[in-house]
Amino acid sequence: MTTAERPLVTTSTLGLGRSDSAATLVRAAGAQAPAAPASAEATSTLSMHSMHVERLAAGFGRFTAVDDITHTIPARTITAIIGPSGSGKSTFLRCLNRMHEEVTGAWAKGSVRLGSEDIYAARIDPVQVRRRVGMVFQKPNPFPTMSIYDNVAAGLRLNQWGRVPTLDEKVERALQQAALWDEVKDKLFQPGAALSGGQQQRLCIARALAVEPEILLMDEPASALDPIATLRIEELMRNLVRNYTIVIVTHNMQQAARVSDRTAFLMMDDDRAGRLVEQGPTDEIFTRPRDKRTEDYITGRFG
Amino acid sequence: MAVVDGTERELTRSRIRIGDRLFRFWAWSMAALLLGLMLLLIYELLDGAWLALSTFGLEFLTERSWNPVSARYGAWPAIYGTVVSSLLALAVAGPPALLAAIFLAEICPRWLEPSVSFLIELLASIPSVVYGLWGLQVLVPAMRDPIQQWLYTHLGNLPAFGCQPLGIGMMSAVAILAIMVLPFAISVSRDVLRAVPNDQREAMLALGATRWETIWRAVVPFARSGIIGGLLLALGRAVGETMAVTMLIGNRPDVSSCLFSPAYTLSSQIANEFAESVSPLHVSSLMGLGLALFAITLLLNGGARLLVWRVDRGNRRRR
Repeated sequence: MTTAERPLVTTSTLGLGRSDSAATLVRAAGAQAPAAPASAEATSTLSMHSMHVERLAAGFGRFTAVDDITHTIPARTITAIIGPSGSGKSTFLRCLNRMHEEVTGAWAKGSVRLGSEDIYAARIDPVQVRRRVGMVFQKPNPFPTMSIYDNVAAGLRLNQWGRVPTLDEKVERALQQAALWDEVKDKLFQPGAALSGGQQQRLCIARALAVEPEILLMDEPASALDPIATLRIEELMRNLVRNYTIVIVTHNMQQAARVSDRTAFLMMDDDRAGRLVEQGPTDEIFTRPRDKRTEDYITGRFG
Repeated sequence: MAVVDGTERELTRSRIRIGDRLFRFWAWSMAALLLGLMLLLIYELLDGAWLALSTFGLEFLTERSWNPVSARYGAWPAIYGTVVSSLLALAVAGPPALLAAIFLAEICPRWLEPSVSFLIELLASIPSVVYGLWGLQVLVPAMRDPIQQWLYTHLGNLPAFGCQPLGIGMMSAVAILAIMVLPFAISVSRDVLRAVPNDQREAMLALGATRWETIWRAVVPFARSGIIGGLLLALGRAVGETMAVTMLIGNRPDVSSCLFSPAYTLSSQIANEFAESVSPLHVSSLMGLGLALFAITLLLNGGARLLVWRVDRGNRRRR
C-alpha cells in the first residue's frame, strides 16, 4: 500500500508532476542538499536500452539448459519469464548479466545485446556488464558483516580507490527507491541481517539499485517471502519500472500476471533443453495463448 | 488402553529401558572420568610445583635468573621465550597461510586442489624431531650466513638485530615454528572459506565486483571469525611445540631483545632439564614451568573463544 502512494525521489524528473512531495520527502529524510540537484542526478538511472537476445544457448558441460532463444526485452518494461521447473528460466536470466559463467563448466553461445553492444563480445568485461545489469536473487543475501548502510554502499565502493563522493546521498536514494528508507533511516548502522526477510530482500534491491544499473534481473525475488512482503516487492517493481528495465523469473503465475508487461514462456523439449515457446504482452499470453503448451501451463494442467 | 489382537498393550515403562539407563550411566561416567583426569592433572602440577611456589612466591614468575648452582629459579625467561617465539611465528605464518587458504578455496583449479592440499597436510605429519634435524642442518646455516649477517650489517642498530648472529637462537626457532604451524592455519582457514555460502560470492559478483573484490569484501569478512579461530589454533600448537624448538632455540634462560641470541621456552626447558635435575627444588621449579605453560594455553584458548565470540556478536550487532 504505502509504496504505491509514496512517490520516489526520482519521479519528479519524469514529468509526473509530483516534485513537491518529492522535495518534502528529501527534506523529511534529513538530507541537506536541496531536492533539485538530487533529482537531476537521478535521471542518469533512466534506462534507455532494450536487450536483444539472439540464438542464445547455454548450459553446463555436456548439458544444454536453454537452447535457441531469441527474444527482445524492451526498455522500461517488466518482462516475466515463466515456465515449469527445469525449463532454464534462471539460466536464461543469468546469461543476461554473464553471471551464468561463474558456475564451473558453464558455457553460453549466441549474442545478448544491450543497446547496440554484444555483452558476449570478446572485448567486453563481464564486471562492467554486471554494473549495468544488476541482479536480485531468490534468497535475500545481505552481507552479514556489514551494516545496512555498508550493504547498500558495497557496490559503490567497488572498482575504485578511496572515498566515494556523495556516498550518503546515493545510499539514501537507493533505499528510497527500494521503499526501505523510512523503515531503516534510524538504524542505518545496524547489521543488515537483523531485518525481516522482506526488508532484507528490499535491502538487496537497494544494494543492486545503488550502482545505478539500467536493467534489473530478479530471480524469483519473492519466493522466500510471505504474501504481504511479496505484495510490497511487486508494488516496488511497478514503481521501479518507470526508470528501470526489469526481468523477473517467477514460478508464480498470478505474480507474472499482476506485475509484468510482457511474458515469455519457456519449456523444456524432449532433449531437456529449455526453449522459448511463446512471448508477448502479458494479457495476451494469459488470455489468448497461441500455443497449446502455453495454455496447458497457465491453466495449471502441468508444471 | 488399546486392544490389538485381543491383548492389551501396556503403557507402563518396559524392561527395554534398562539398556537406555545403562547407556546413560556409561556416557555420564566417561565424561566424569575425563573431567576427573583433568582435575588430577592440575592437582599434580600444583602439588609438584608447591615447593618452588612456596620458596619463591609469585616472584617465581618474574624472576629473570635460572641458576641451579645458586638455587635461584625464575620462570620469566622461559615464559618470555614461549610467548615471543609463538607470537612471532604466528605473525610470520599468518599472512601466507591466509593467502594459501584463499588460493586453495577460491582460485586453485579443481583438478589441482586435492594434490596441493595433500602436500600441505603432509607437512603436518612430519615428526617434530625431523623438523629439528632439518632445521639444524639446513635452516640454521642458511639463517646465520646470508640472512642474519645481512640484517646485522644493515639493520644492526635496531635492538632486534643488534647482536652477533649465531644461527641457533630465537630467530631460527621462530622460523621452524612458523613452518610447522602453517599447515594447521592453512587447512582450517581453507575449510572455513569453503563453507562460505555461494550466495555471498554471487551477491558481490552481481554488483560488478572483480574476483579479488569478491574475495576480500564478501568471502573473507564472512569467514573472519573462523579464520581467527584457525590462527589461534596454530598459536596453541606453537606454544606447546617442544622438540624442534629445543633443538634450535639455543637453550639459554635469557631475556634478550635481540632475535639472534639463544633463548628458552617453557616446554624446551622442561624437556631439557627434567632428566638431569639436581635437587627437589629444581624438579619443583620445572613443575612450576609446566604449570605456567598450562596456564598460558588455558588463557590462550579462553582468549580465542572470547575473540571468536566477540567477532561473531559483532557480525550480528555492529556499532
